Amino acid sequence: MDVVRKLFRRKSISAPSPGAMVLSYLALGIWALVVLFPLYWLLITSFKLPVDVNTGPFYIPGVDFKPSLHAWHYILFGDLQRDTIRPYINTVIVAPASASLALLLGTAAAYGLMRFRYQPRLGTILTFIGCLALAIFAIVLGVPWQIAVVAGIALFILLLQTIGRRFKRSLGNNDIAFWMISTRMLPPVAVVIPIYVLFQRLHLLDTQAALIITYVASNLPIVIWLMRDYFQTIPVELEESAAIDGASRYRILSSIVLPLSVPGLVATFLFVLVFAWNEYLLALFLSKAHAQTLPLTVAAQNATRGPQWWYMSVLIVIMIIPVIAMAIALERYIARGLLVGAIKG
Amino acid sequence: MGVERQSQDQAPSGLALEGPFVWKRVLDRLSAWAERLAGNVFLLPAVLVVLFLSIFPLIISLYLSLSRFKFVKGGFEIKFAGLANYRKLLLGSEKRHFLGIMADPSLVGWLVLAVVVALLVRSLVRYGRSRSLSMGGLLGRVVVAVLVSLGARYLVGTLGGNGWPGTLVVTWIYVFVGIVVQYLLGLGLAVLTTQRLPGRRFFRVVFLLPMMITPVGVAYIFRMLVDTDKGPFQPIWQGVGLAGFSWVNDPWAARAAVMIGDIWQWTPFMFIVLLAALEGQSIEQVEAALVDGANRWQIFWHITLPQILPVSMTLILIRMIEAFKIVDLPNVLTNGGPGTATESMTLQAYISWRSLDLGGSAAIAYILLLVVTFMGISYVNLIRSRVAEE
Repeated sequence: MDVVRKLFRRKSISAPSPGAMVLSYLALGIWALVVLFPLYWLLITSFKLPVDVNTGPFYIPGVDFKPSLHAWHYILFGDLQRDTIRPYINTVIVAPASASLALLLGTAAAYGLMRFRYQPRLGTILTFIGCLALAIFAIVLGVPWQIAVVAGIALFILLLQTIGRRFKRSLGNNDIAFWMISTRMLPPVAVVIPIYVLFQRLHLLDTQAALIITYVASNLPIVIWLMRDYFQTIPVELEESAAIDGASRYRILSSIVLPLSVPGLVATFLFVLVFAWNEYLLALFLSKAHAQTLPLTVAAQNATRGPQWWYMSVLIVIMIIPVIAMAIALERYIARGLLVGAIKG
Repeated sequence: MGVERQSQDQAPSGLALEGPFVWKRVLDRLSAWAERLAGNVFLLPAVLVVLFLSIFPLIISLYLSLSRFKFVKGGFEIKFAGLANYRKLLLGSEKRHFLGIMADPSLVGWLVLAVVVALLVRSLVRYGRSRSLSMGGLLGRVVVAVLVSLGARYLVGTLGGNGWPGTLVVTWIYVFVGIVVQYLLGLGLAVLTTQRLPGRRFFRVVFLLPMMITPVGVAYIFRMLVDTDKGPFQPIWQGVGLAGFSWVNDPWAARAAVMIGDIWQWTPFMFIVLLAALEGQSIEQVEAALVDGANRWQIFWHITLPQILPVSMTLILIRMIEAFKIVDLPNVLTNGGPGTATESMTLQAYISWRSLDLGGSAAIAYILLLVVTFMGISYVNLIRSRVAEE
């Protein structure tokens, strides 16, 4: 008993005891294996010839099968080179741009929802939705869209000045937040056709801008919800004392709140980056030859002869390398201790 | 205000000072104006962007779900069809596919049902005795309780005995099992990697990897892995005598394969968000508790968990919304089969959309929207707000 107790005693407050360390490593090791084995299989598949994939499991390159670079050659220099490089560049531009924009707008909105009280009138919102529905209905019936939009706006202002004022009920911050997240509840299949029509009218189909706008809009709710909760952990006293010293709201946000929530910012950024990097269905509709992104290229390897595992593996491998590099670079910012002593100081 | 007026009065007197003074005044005005508008400046851009891309699809797909889409000469035709698409799903030819078949529950099913109803009655009685009793609150809770017990009866009926779960139930199973397992795994891993272990940064990066692969890619990777003939686990299958066995032929095995893939891919999301929350918590309380002689478990239960609860609740809500939209894994891994055993609602919408039944697809999407909204609202009202109060 005594030995066991000694094994689980901590040496110092922050360091775990030797026994706990062994158990932790065991658990971490098992999950690391679970995570890494499929990736290892992916990697070696990219070096296999079709015959190696099709005749049974082979595990170690050089031992039970002869590694071949044919798939890599085909993707990077051969027939598929042109089809790979353009989607690659598109993905590299679209994903970080949309993630940064979503983080910028979303963080500001999350801070606003944390520290201000918003009271949008229910009447205003209902009249707005009503007028929009009428305008869309009019367009469906064949009215030119310019006229419909102008008429809709005019009707909206008119109603707002007359009927809208009678509704005294207003919504609160939580309602706004819930509305934001509820926009993610429709599955992409239902969203994609209207968005396609929308961008077609704006002549933005098959451009990177269309993808960036769509991804920003679909990622904003996630950024807002996550950042709102991270902001909640920052003591309000810090901001109050800064406000007393005469700092403006913008300054408080940029030089106090943001530096203190770096772990949350980094985690959120990584998530929305990955979402935009890997998005498939919206990209399938909004892009053709010009703005195509990588997930489409991966899915395209499922040919009529069945999935081309070797090409697919190469594509997935080269697709995750940049994101892994990003994760390694950013991981250090998800670190403890930024808040330690902040209140006393 | 007083200060401002004073500077106004003084400004004209000193001619030499006029230039800088005017500028300063303009700047002051501007910054005061900016300060007043701060709330709107923070929120409005986000609201406008989301509004721009959300209201429009919402209205259009509602219209689509009420109509029939047909190709005619030189284009297409959208014909208003009332509730026909919904009727088909809930009562007509697609009922078995969408809702499944209800049968008399087995003994276990009855027991589960009894436990659920007992718990609901207990919470209602408890609320009835509490001080914050109000007519609206009671009514809302009764409605929710009735809906939940009807839902439980439906689940028990389709899952046990001779029942057959439709896409609605299958989606629920994916969401529920997936979230519970992912949350527990993610939390455990996050707690383990916040310890001062040498090499923890390696583990952190490794644990993030599955999230970074495109969902279509994950689905294809798992299709390679679960192949009992050419996949890496073939010797194991052979050893157990399942060499020719195909996951895809057994409904529950196929569903398990889908869930394993989903858990593999999305545990990292839970992990990274919880990790950031754990790292963001203030360490002082923990240290104080350690000095007072609290053990690890007590610290975790009483100090760490309450601090990460708000983030956890948000995390579960986001994952819930996303998990309802699961489509790539069942599509690639099992193609929805055997039969429709692994089809999720989104996959069903996707399939009918591919066969150009846009109205039916939009109707499924709208039912999904209603289900998720109901779950989301009851979750936010009943659980999240309670946690936030504590």
